[in-house]
Amino acid sequence: MSVSVTIESIEKRFDAFAALRGVSLDIQPAELVALLGPSGSGKTTLLRLIAGLEQADQGRVLFGETDMRDLSLRDRRIGFVFQHYALFRTMTVGENVAFGLKSRPRGQRPDDAEIRKRVGDLLELVQLPGLDKRYPSQLSGGQRQRVALARALAIEPRVLLLDEPFGALDARVRKDLRAWLRDLHRRTGHTTVFVTHDQEEALELADRVAILNDGRIEQVGSADDVYDHPATPFVCEFLGEVNKLPVKVVGSQAFFGDRPVLGGLSQNQGGQAALYVRPQHLRIVDDLPLALPGVVEHLRRNGPLRRAEVAVQGLAKRLDVDLASQVAPAIGEHIRLRITHGSLFAAA
Amino acid sequence: MSDAALPQFRTDTAQKRDTRRVRGEGVVVQAVLITISLAFLALFLLLPLVSVFVEAGARGWTAYMAAVTEPDAVAAIHLTLLVAGIAVPFNVVVGIAAAWAIAKFAFRGKNLLISLIDLPFSVSPVISGLVFVLLFGAQGYFGAWLKAHDVQIIFALPGLVLATVFVTFPFVARELIPHMQSLGSADEEAALTLGASGWRTFLTITLPNVKWSLFYGVLLCNARAMGEFGAVAVVSGKIRGLTNTMPLHVEILYNEYMSAAAFAVASLLAGLALVTLALKTLLEWHYSDSIAASRRH
Repeated sequence: MSVSVTIESIEKRFDAFAALRGVSLDIQPAELVALLGPSGSGKTTLLRLIAGLEQADQGRVLFGETDMRDLSLRDRRIGFVFQHYALFRTMTVGENVAFGLKSRPRGQRPDDAEIRKRVGDLLELVQLPGLDKRYPSQLSGGQRQRVALARALAIEPRVLLLDEPFGALDARVRKDLRAWLRDLHRRTGHTTVFVTHDQEEALELADRVAILNDGRIEQVGSADDVYDHPATPFVCEFLGEVNKLPVKVVGSQAFFGDRPVLGGLSQNQGGQAALYVRPQHLRIVDDLPLALPGVVEHLRRNGPLRRAEVAVQGLAKRLDVDLASQVAPAIGEHIRLRITHGSLFAAA
Repeated sequence: MSDAALPQFRTDTAQKRDTRRVRGEGVVVQAVLITISLAFLALFLLLPLVSVFVEAGARGWTAYMAAVTEPDAVAAIHLTLLVAGIAVPFNVVVGIAAAWAIAKFAFRGKNLLISLIDLPFSVSPVISGLVFVLLFGAQGYFGAWLKAHDVQIIFALPGLVLATVFVTFPFVARELIPHMQSLGSADEEAALTLGASGWRTFLTITLPNVKWSLFYGVLLCNARAMGEFGAVAVVSGKIRGLTNTMPLHVEILYNEYMSAAAFAVASLLAGLALVTLALKTLLEWHYSDSIAASRRH
């Protein structure tokens, strides 16, 4: 059973610090949404507000049609996975997973055999069968993560909330769990919100990404939307590396100095602007029109990527250029760059 | 051992010797420091303890048993157990409440509360006792009212309990606060989101999480409650067989030159200290892992 979550103009202050300032967000049933942002952006506060672990100063949270303020923490039925899992250290894995069911009021509590069966099924689901007698301290980080998830799923939550679900894990385990969580979401279909500061994780995992900065949502959209069409300079810079070029827009063309570097602009914004170009959207070309001349100063390799740092006259910072072909230019070589895709923001 | 491993081993020891030389810790310095510490411990801690037991047994087993079974001694033992039996549970409940409030909530005046909890440690026990005489004594603020309603606090059990509670209050709270603070509130929040009531969360999550520091705090609290002299001496009035606790009884016997009897009763108190120490050591040895996480040191 999954419900929609509606967040309506939430305001939250901690003493003098405004953690959230007017945040609204609609989450569809069974959707997987990432709250992405740097630390201090308010993403964890928003997640705790949805859970009911914090109270909003203004605004409200609806599950379906129900205002959450009318429900106790128990009746909200939130599956919350804490950043450091918060597994009960004095209980076994099985007791941890059974805790929610055993905490139900007497009338709604399943009998012991039923609880045992449910715990077994859930541990099967998170691929930890037979570990119910272990204690949390005897598990690896990835296993604890999955126990925390099984414990949260045991109460048949309306909404699943995960706070930095992969934050405390090493890189390899993190990748495995990402794919596994995507798969689990597809099978169980819970409305899921997770918090992360890792843009790669958010883009890969979520149906939609909400990017938060300084207590506000800057943009909400699919991975392609936010990555290729960032609404603000902040989103553009936060989602990946980017080169910045001061340009002047005249008609449908952007000029760097007196040289046209990008054409076919539909936006109707003349004057000074900043052109944001990702390293993979700069291509070395032979022909002249709309090309930016430069000199290769450094060549680097970053995993599968080869990258050139290109000095351009009139620009203090060198441009990062991803090299698509195996044929790399030599250091000191004069080249021309064409911008294949860029985001234009009016100069502040 | 392979040939390759041998030179490796030599470098290791050579390095160890080098660091020792760099830090200036010669064998002589080590030996001197250890000797000084051991000599100090033996002279100031072990010797008095041993002498208590030696003196207690100086007149033989019959005299020892006579001293500890004599009616006034038995009354003192009873009273001590009764006072501790009331004061310790009280301080456990209030100590848990105070620790919970400080560790789990943010509120105005929290630092003041933390300082207040330490107050009994910084105040002389005599003053702790005098405060209650000032409040509840015959000439005290509430003295007239208490007399009119025929309630006796000073020179009676209530006064002894009050003074003991005051002096021993910090032990439980002081053990629990750092432990609870280091644990944070995530476990409790998890239990609440899973649908547990506040009471169930406390019983099944909070209490088991801190049980070893709680036990340790109770142990220290009890040892002090039974051994407290100063504050209790002020409010007791030292009525033999009635308001004398064990430490007071020991002092009276000693002042009356009945040193064998005094040391016999004292040996019971010293025994309590040893049992406390043994339990604490056993605890730390047995549950070193879970305790390690909880210690503030």
